[in-house]
Amino acid sequence: MSTAPAHPLPMRRRYRRRRFLTEAGSVILGIVILIWSLTPVYNMFLIALDPEEGEIEFDGNLWPPSPSLDSFGEVVTQQARYLETFWHQFGNSAFIGLLTMVLTVVIGSLASFAVGRMRLSKGALLTNAALFTYAIPASFLIVPYFRIMHTYGLADNLWAVIAAQVTFATPFAILILQLYGRLVPTELDDSARVDGASAVQVYLRIYLPLMMPALAVVAVYALMLAWNDYLYPSVLLAVRNMTVAVTQGQLFSDTDAAWNAMMAAAIIYVLPPIALLLVLRRYVVASLTMASAGV
Amino acid sequence: MSSTDQLLAVVPPLSAKGSGRPSGHGHLRGADLRWAVAFILPYSAVFLVFVVYPFAYALWMASKPSLYAELIEDPSYLPTLVNTLVFVGLGVNVKMFLALLLSGFFMRPRWWIKALLAVYILPWVIAAAQACVSFHWMLQDEGLINGVTSALFGINGPIWFNDRWLGVGWNIIAYIWKWMPFWTVIFLAARMRIPREIYDSAEVDGATGIRRFIHVTFPLLANIYLLCTLLSILWTVGDFTTVYLVSGGGPAHSTDVLATLGFHYAFDVSQPALGVAAAMAALPVLIPIAIVLMRKLQTSEVEL
Repeated sequence: MSTAPAHPLPMRRRYRRRRFLTEAGSVILGIVILIWSLTPVYNMFLIALDPEEGEIEFDGNLWPPSPSLDSFGEVVTQQARYLETFWHQFGNSAFIGLLTMVLTVVIGSLASFAVGRMRLSKGALLTNAALFTYAIPASFLIVPYFRIMHTYGLADNLWAVIAAQVTFATPFAILILQLYGRLVPTELDDSARVDGASAVQVYLRIYLPLMMPALAVVAVYALMLAWNDYLYPSVLLAVRNMTVAVTQGQLFSDTDAAWNAMMAAAIIYVLPPIALLLVLRRYVVASLTMASAGV
Repeated sequence: MSSTDQLLAVVPPLSAKGSGRPSGHGHLRGADLRWAVAFILPYSAVFLVFVVYPFAYALWMASKPSLYAELIEDPSYLPTLVNTLVFVGLGVNVKMFLALLLSGFFMRPRWWIKALLAVYILPWVIAAAQACVSFHWMLQDEGLINGVTSALFGINGPIWFNDRWLGVGWNIIAYIWKWMPFWTVIFLAARMRIPREIYDSAEVDGATGIRRFIHVTFPLLANIYLLCTLLSILWTVGDFTTVYLVSGGGPAHSTDVLATLGFHYAFDVSQPALGVAAAMAALPVLIPIAIVLMRKLQTSEVEL
């Protein structure tokens, strides 16, 4: 401290006060974010933990008077009203979600590889066309889709929903893969080509492993889109074939539905995406920080 | 290309795409060309069958001029256009700006802020339909919000969905709640690419706090901010779930947006052509936005 400037104390005090204010400010902001993020989630638990079904949930309680997990049991054993086929719906969600994920990753990465890596001439046309998909919002095309799926013989067929989800997930996938691909050097591709590797080998052995972080982001995005969508499954599928995300929406103004079970189902439904995020966390974080690490 | 060059690639709009690469455009031959074509075939098929065909079908359905006369005569059509404009204009801009600011907060190196980020992302993981239903119930007369206001301040809130602008307001809040985390993470990733040294030298020059944000951070992120905003506008104009399940379009269709009104025409009153026409009226605005977006992506090196 002997080398400190002429007025060390006020300076240090000012610095300390500023640091204290910044810390206090960020704690307050943190609390605000916590309340903001969790209020609707808390509301789900509030309703789900109430043992009574029906309108009793909505009497201004801030805490369930006698919390119980009965509604979760009713969902899992399929005894709740309107949720008699919960596991069938859950299976539909999983089928649609997983196939959308796989198809989006495969179709998107093949197209990005051909355009970005093999430098197909006029390839930019394809990526532009892909982005053009978003000029017409998905919800605006629901009527033509509904008709077309009937003519294709895909009415009330899970594949109709998968086709729609892949259609709207792939442009974003191509966008992300293109942008991320610019960060990955092409030297490896080139030297593999010199060594006589075929295009397929380069795609499988070099491109896919190098792009893993971006592919993980694309996979999470596609699964989330299909798993959580409401409009397309609700229009394209018959009631008995719904996904879980649709059920609550279809009854949303029905005060007589077993809302505690409905909300319990919604909470159970969030668990698989959270598990997937945890599994892929390493890759997602890697893709986010990759450039900072300097590739 | 050194790592710093790559880090800075967010900043300058480089004129040529794929700069720093050996130029190999249009030199694919033989087996390679066949493979490249085979690789784009799946997506081309998806695009033709599930984008071009339905879009052409929609244009054909909405091609009768009388439909538009009918729309203009419908007293709920003009308010719907206004609602859509307010919903998209306020929703997207407030969401994007807050996401940009909050991404700075989440950059702070504290363990509890990392933990908070996990909680903050939760809304994005929850299905929009189920989250919106939770909002809907939360705002009922005896719901959580009115419960809290009467417990804290002794006032019972209004019947939220009995008023057009209260309903639109809650639709926007639910929309921001659901989608802000996604964009915050995108901006967080972009911020992580800004090299430490830039901030260090800015600090030497005396730029801290708000001035650092205005003069250093924001210019570096401006390009990606614009791109994300454009993309988000396109997605939000088509947002059906929020309005359909938070306010339900009520009271008396006064909070509807184009997506929900089109749905109402098509499936509730069995006038599918009118439903398509209602939505297609937005195309003159959407297509230019999409074109600007494509141009921007072509001419600038923007990351994630």
